[in-house]
Amino acid sequence: MSETIQREPLLEVRNLVQHFPISRSYTVKAVNGVSFNIYPGETYGLVGESGSGKTTIGRSVIRLYNPTSGEMIFQGKRIAGRMDGETREMLRRDMQMIFQDPMASLNPRKKVEDIIGEGLKIHHMGETKQERQKLISEMLKKVGLSPEHAARYPHQFSGGQRQRVGIARALIMNPRLIIADECISALDVSIQAQVVNLMKDIQEETHCAYLFIAHDLSMVKYISDRIGVLHLGYMVESGTKEEIFSRPIHPYTRSLLSAIPHPNPEVEKRRKALTYDYASSGLDYAAGSEHLIEGTHTVLGTDGNVRQWLAECPEP
Amino acid sequence: MSEKIPGLNQTDSKTILEIRNLDISFRTSAGIIHAIRGVNLDLCKGETVAIVGESGSGKSVTMKAVMGLLDSNATVNSGEILYTYTDAQGKSVTTDLLKMSKKDLRQNINGQRIAMVFQDPMTSLDPTMTIGKQIMEGMFLHERMDRGAAQARALELLNLVGIPDAEKRFKNYPHQLSGGMRQRVVIAIALSANPDILICDEPTTALDVTIQARILELIMEIQQKMKLSVVYITHDLGVVAKVADYVDVMYAGRIVEVGNVNEIFFEPKHPYTWGLLSAMPDLDTEDDRLYSIPGSPPNLLREPKGDAFAARNRFAMAIDEKAEPPLFQVSPTHWAATWLLHPDAPKVDMPPELRARLERARKEAEKYL
Ligand SMILES: Nc1ncnc2c1ncn2[C@@H]1O[C@H](COP(=O)(O)OP(=O)(O)O)[C@@H](O)[C@H]1O
Ligand SMILES: Nc1ncnc2c1ncn2[C@@H]1O[C@H](COP(=O)(O)OP(=O)(O)O)[C@@H](O)[C@H]1O
Ligand SMILES: [Mg+2]
Ligand SMILES: [Mg+2]
Repeated sequence: MSETIQREPLLEVRNLVQHFPISRSYTVKAVNGVSFNIYPGETYGLVGESGSGKTTIGRSVIRLYNPTSGEMIFQGKRIAGRMDGETREMLRRDMQMIFQDPMASLNPRKKVEDIIGEGLKIHHMGETKQERQKLISEMLKKVGLSPEHAARYPHQFSGGQRQRVGIARALIMNPRLIIADECISALDVSIQAQVVNLMKDIQEETHCAYLFIAHDLSMVKYISDRIGVLHLGYMVESGTKEEIFSRPIHPYTRSLLSAIPHPNPEVEKRRKALTYDYASSGLDYAAGSEHLIEGTHTVLGTDGNVRQWLAECPEP
Repeated sequence: MSEKIPGLNQTDSKTILEIRNLDISFRTSAGIIHAIRGVNLDLCKGETVAIVGESGSGKSVTMKAVMGLLDSNATVNSGEILYTYTDAQGKSVTTDLLKMSKKDLRQNINGQRIAMVFQDPMTSLDPTMTIGKQIMEGMFLHERMDRGAAQARALELLNLVGIPDAEKRFKNYPHQLSGGMRQRVVIAIALSANPDILICDEPTTALDVTIQARILELIMEIQQKMKLSVVYITHDLGVVAKVADYVDVMYAGRIVEVGNVNEIFFEPKHPYTWGLLSAMPDLDTEDDRLYSIPGSPPNLLREPKGDAFAARNRFAMAIDEKAEPPLFQVSPTHWAATWLLHPDAPKVDMPPELRARLERARKEAEKYL
């Protein structure tokens, strides 16, 4: 892990702000100055309650939105503001997304081969039709489908198979970063396990990085190298999964981790989740700054906040 | 029938709901889907039963049958759903819900004695009506309460389910509330008629873990206060561990294992249950790969031959291809439908990785005892 830290980040996000002006007097402040790095080949998990800004960050990073302010550098190129044609092409090719609802993100009138092959065409990968077809067949096999599936339509697949089609579509570009936004949340536990195993296999083979957005913390912990905890558009805590899980510092992180139900009846029946309410917590996220705890472990707060939390959470 | 689980608050264990041999099929353009194939299930007063299984296994259909909410293409081929309650004269009455007319069910059972909470709160809420009106509606309808009394009770319920500023919320429409708050309103409505049984179909699947924890704790608190019996349908084993006294594991339209929560989590006997437990990572899972049950559930358009789980079962024996296993008894409260429990079967233990994990869980549990 420490080696990865010393490498050049694949993606650097600095003070990302994403606001949505709704009317002259009202703006949704979805993301308020978030910073994080993703290193080549690693999985960065993003967690937080719904509405905390996870999807918005994913969409800003892949430039489905125009960031309000902040800096984003992907493979050494600035991608936050206006991009030149070459940078845009690089971004569209090397960063891909897998969505939560595969059905909604796959065109129902297109055959699977056309869905998967679309990117190849756009980016002029694969010279001839035959060559593209060969790439598509290989990709189908890689995600555990069979080449015969190429001629089928999305509705002819089960939920887990559709998610494989979504993964195949993303992977065929051989991306360096895949943004997976709740991509397993709608699947059965056993199918979730299959998809997660597939994602890990692919990472091993291609060394792509994942931005893994999910609300199932056991799964996030399992798959991620590092984790960022988001609340109300602020990154309240970030670190390796060991750092976060063995010594959560921020009260929001602590309440979040305590809410995970353990599949252990004796433990679960005697435990109550911690509660946390920002409004009555007396905290002001905007007044806080990033404090380094140790290693890569950072927490957002004022000096006073952090001193108090550290006293409440002794080193394990 | 049930043994008491030490440490849990089980005051009395009279059976309140008894499903016997329930068998349901659906007519579709592709043919007949035999969705429920002989389900037996017991729910005792004040207790919580969780039904777990992959999607399509028949969890919702079973409980919709209890509510008389089956789709119109459904046929109940056989079975009984015996519901025991105390009538206005204080007499204990047992009635077969399947024999009641839809109208009778709607007027006397649904919502009043048995209430249901669905995954998506918006399916149960009317977007054009204020929260307050929706909670009071049932009280006007079933209990003929006057306005003042209904309003007082509605506010009490909103407070009970932990909605802050209940008075203000009273005049809100559903879209003005967050998902978690909406689900609380649905629970308030479900509780408004003081039901005996609350059926929760994936009540927190769409919610955040923090809100999920609060809603589950809320239902548990209310359950204690109101001596409510609760059925949870869920695929989240963490949720099951938190709420359930008994667990029914469902597969391809049958209950394949049933036991008290500790038996299912620490001594599971059915290979399908092993698979479910293995597939869910716990916070200590560091294995390179997650276990996943191979294959997929059978298509119930065709009647499965032998054990419906055989094709996915790495411990399957010759007999699994030929005959469906009966429920073998493991303890007074624990049963599993697998030929592995037949006296002549070779001795097969759960996979060693699962055994190791359950040992870890048991050690963890000891810290709390
Ligand atoms: N396009 C948009 N226009 C206006 N508000 C938005 C838009 N997208 C997201 N939001 C708001 O931004 C906040 C963060 O949303 P989102 O990123 O979807 O959160 P998450 O994915 O963590 O649930 C929410 O309050 C949401 O309503
Ligand atoms: N109205 C219907 N018509 C045809 N098949 C149905 C209908 N309702 C449910 N089914 C089938 O019955 C089986 C059980 O469904 P259900 O009880 O909803 O499963 P779950 O365990 O996910 O709640 C599934 O195979 C489903 O497709
Ligand atoms: Mg989202
Ligand atoms: Mg269901």
